[in-house]
Amino acid sequence: MNAPQLPANLKANPRLDRWVRFNADRTVTVFSGKVELGQGIGTAMAQIAAEELDVLLDRVALVAGDTASGPNEGFTAGSQSIEQGGTAMRAACAEVRTLFVEAAARRLEVSASELAVRDGMIEVPGTDFRTSYWDLAAEVSLAREATGEAAPKPAARYSIIGKNVPRRDLPAKFTGAAYVHDMELPGMVHARVLRPPTYSARLVAFDANAVRALPGVVSVVRNGNFVGVCAEREEQAVKALEAARGAARWDDQPGLPEPVEIRELLPRLPTATKTVFTKGVAGAAAAKRLEATYSRPYLAHASIGPSCAAAVFEGGKLTVWSHAQGSFPLRGQIARVLGLRDDDVTVIHRDGAGCYGHNGADDAALDAALLARACGRPVLLQWTREDELAWAPFGSAMVVKLAAGLDAEGKVVDWRHELWSHSHVRRPSAGDGVNLLAAWHLDPPFAASTPRDAPYPPGTGDRNSVPLYDFPVQEILYHFVAEMPLRVSALRSLGAYANVFAIESFMDELALATGADPVAFRLKHLADPRAKAVIEAAARAADWKPGNASDGVHGRGIAFARYKNSSAYCAIVAEVEVAEKIWLRRAVAAVDAGGVINPDGLQNQIEGGIVQAASWTLKEAVRWDASRVLTRSWEDYPILKFDETPAIEVVVLDQPGAPGLGAGECAAGPTAAAIANALHRALGVRARDLPLTPERVAAAMP
Amino acid sequence: MTERVTLRVNGHARDVAAEPNTPLVYVLRNDLKLKGTRLGCGAGHCGACTVLVDGNAVQSCDTPLWSASGREITTIEGLGSAERPHPLQQAFLGEQAAQCGYCINGIIMSAAALLKRTPRPTDAQIAAALDRNLCRCGTHVRILRAIRRAAEAGS
Repeated sequence: MNAPQLPANLKANPRLDRWVRFNADRTVTVFSGKVELGQGIGTAMAQIAAEELDVLLDRVALVAGDTASGPNEGFTAGSQSIEQGGTAMRAACAEVRTLFVEAAARRLEVSASELAVRDGMIEVPGTDFRTSYWDLAAEVSLAREATGEAAPKPAARYSIIGKNVPRRDLPAKFTGAAYVHDMELPGMVHARVLRPPTYSARLVAFDANAVRALPGVVSVVRNGNFVGVCAEREEQAVKALEAARGAARWDDQPGLPEPVEIRELLPRLPTATKTVFTKGVAGAAAAKRLEATYSRPYLAHASIGPSCAAAVFEGGKLTVWSHAQGSFPLRGQIARVLGLRDDDVTVIHRDGAGCYGHNGADDAALDAALLARACGRPVLLQWTREDELAWAPFGSAMVVKLAAGLDAEGKVVDWRHELWSHSHVRRPSAGDGVNLLAAWHLDPPFAASTPRDAPYPPGTGDRNSVPLYDFPVQEILYHFVAEMPLRVSALRSLGAYANVFAIESFMDELALATGADPVAFRLKHLADPRAKAVIEAAARAADWKPGNASDGVHGRGIAFARYKNSSAYCAIVAEVEVAEKIWLRRAVAAVDAGGVINPDGLQNQIEGGIVQAASWTLKEAVRWDASRVLTRSWEDYPILKFDETPAIEVVVLDQPGAPGLGAGECAAGPTAAAIANALHRALGVRARDLPLTPERVAAAMP
Repeated sequence: MTERVTLRVNGHARDVAAEPNTPLVYVLRNDLKLKGTRLGCGAGHCGACTVLVDGNAVQSCDTPLWSASGREITTIEGLGSAERPHPLQQAFLGEQAAQCGYCINGIIMSAAALLKRTPRPTDAQIAAALDRNLCRCGTHVRILRAIRRAAEAGS
């Protein structure tokens, strides 16, 4: 006898009352560990719950990321919220619905199969035999574990899933208070933290009294290299921060490597090499061999709203409100730093500005906790723009070296992919140490976790390093660069951005080397019908024609990937125009994300993914000198502006009833390569080092 | 030194007490509890804090309190509410023109200043009006569409 399989997140949080609660006012509260990061998951999760419970969407309230009440689903990351969190929510709600229908059958003395649920009313249709979730709530205890025996609703009966339900959080956001930044706690002070000028600087002298004397200053906290200020008014906290900067003397040794090209820097650092994947045995004679090396720089999250957190420390118990991706992992790390038990710390999610991975949110939460405890009043802690750009973790720079052999028919006979990367997972809770900024600055400091990367698949630096193409011989090597001159962690799509950029640029190079059309060349090497379908759909929607000649100004390119080789499929055709700089004028995407919960939400994620990746690809790079990060304001770190907006079309190949495939990150890699391929078509220049700024493209000219 | 200043905000006279060089954004958010104006960079680069001062879009993080005295200030709350949205807020909801939404209110204020001046703007005029606004989620296409939609609805 096999027990029914529970979805992983339900298995980890089997108590049904961790997921669903019926309220006296005839509403339902559902609980999720997957939090709103701007991706619309709050709306999608409510759709799933309303669908499975058969209640109107308006009756469903969602509580997400609350360690006091909801399920622990780890981080909201990796495009897993629909795939894993949604699947668990669906199973939990289906089971709750079944329990109530069975209870209704007993009360009404009918068989469960005669009953239907309509907006929470459980009834024998066409009769007045009816009860409801709320009428039965007292007798159906959800303080029990899920069994997995209830079957979720078949897709054919969906009436809420698959619909363009408008985002439920937007009306508040467009009209007033909505974010953690907007919280007001009674007796609250405004707080700022003084960060060291460089990663390695030590605070050797600090005149706290000079800062305490300023108007409105409530508390000046110094612990080792950590300095925080709390003031009655926000502008007083800002002035206190500037005064603290002047009152601090740092011992500052240059500690960063010479800022050389990434393709030179990473292979120069110590590495540990592992084989990610091998297939077949090399030996077939190749008619032609190609080799090329690609790179991407360190990239900043660069959210518009700097990180923020609120905290209250009272009676030995701490409550923190944070826009972090994982309330539970953050709770554990904060408890450790403050010497508290996990149970004495509550972390509650509040929305923040856009989150594209592990940014400063967790760090700000610890800052707020430390200052709330030190100053004895509730704290609203706000990071500065400069710290957000200079101190939040970056997405790791990477180098990818590709080599392939082609036979006389223009087919790839062997393929080799070598990559160099730092870790992409330095999140709080990953590993043996504490991965929170302030913890490293305290006296005594907490050690950061030992740098490592999670295994493939789905991998991190090596994410999407294994091509989806059916090359008979493959060797994929990962040179892991444990040393991290700059602070790095997870940024949207992790290593997939660089690996797909490299693979799909190289596919273009191989196609052109054999005189093949890039679309046909890809299709020739693919067996997966869904992969072929998105490439064909993108090419069709873009009116792709083989052999488009270049006029020296315009060009179009195509690229494709299946994110993680297991999530959404995405193909993109980019059209560029080369003038004083490279303009992405149009992008046409085709996406297969399996069964879609909210088509407009998916569309929005793809559009945003394309624009953000276009910004990375055309404009962005973190710069540094011997001692410090230099990109510290929007003037140093420009991102795509409104006059640079491309036209975007997204074709969704919906698969109703099929499992959802995470789509939030699938556009990043294909966008980069499609732009680079279009640039090559326009100018005849193969630019392999990102970003594709005019200076760098000029440097790539033969 | 703290001074008492009378502001006209969203059509009402409001008294506040703060140092005259206090950036307007803090007064709006913390004294007047008008939290729909967001703090972004604090340096006038990103536009998240954009409000109208005498009908012009200005960055409130870069506007000292003293300079706003006696002028007509409009924040997102002065345009409309969730129950009674302004045509621009309505258009942004209609287009679902947001991901995280943090930049949006500043963009709506820039667009409001534009549409007042230029009720039927060209695409180039819209982009120019957003020259001092940034969006990181990449919602650009929808934002531009929402502004065009509001312009069409208003004329």
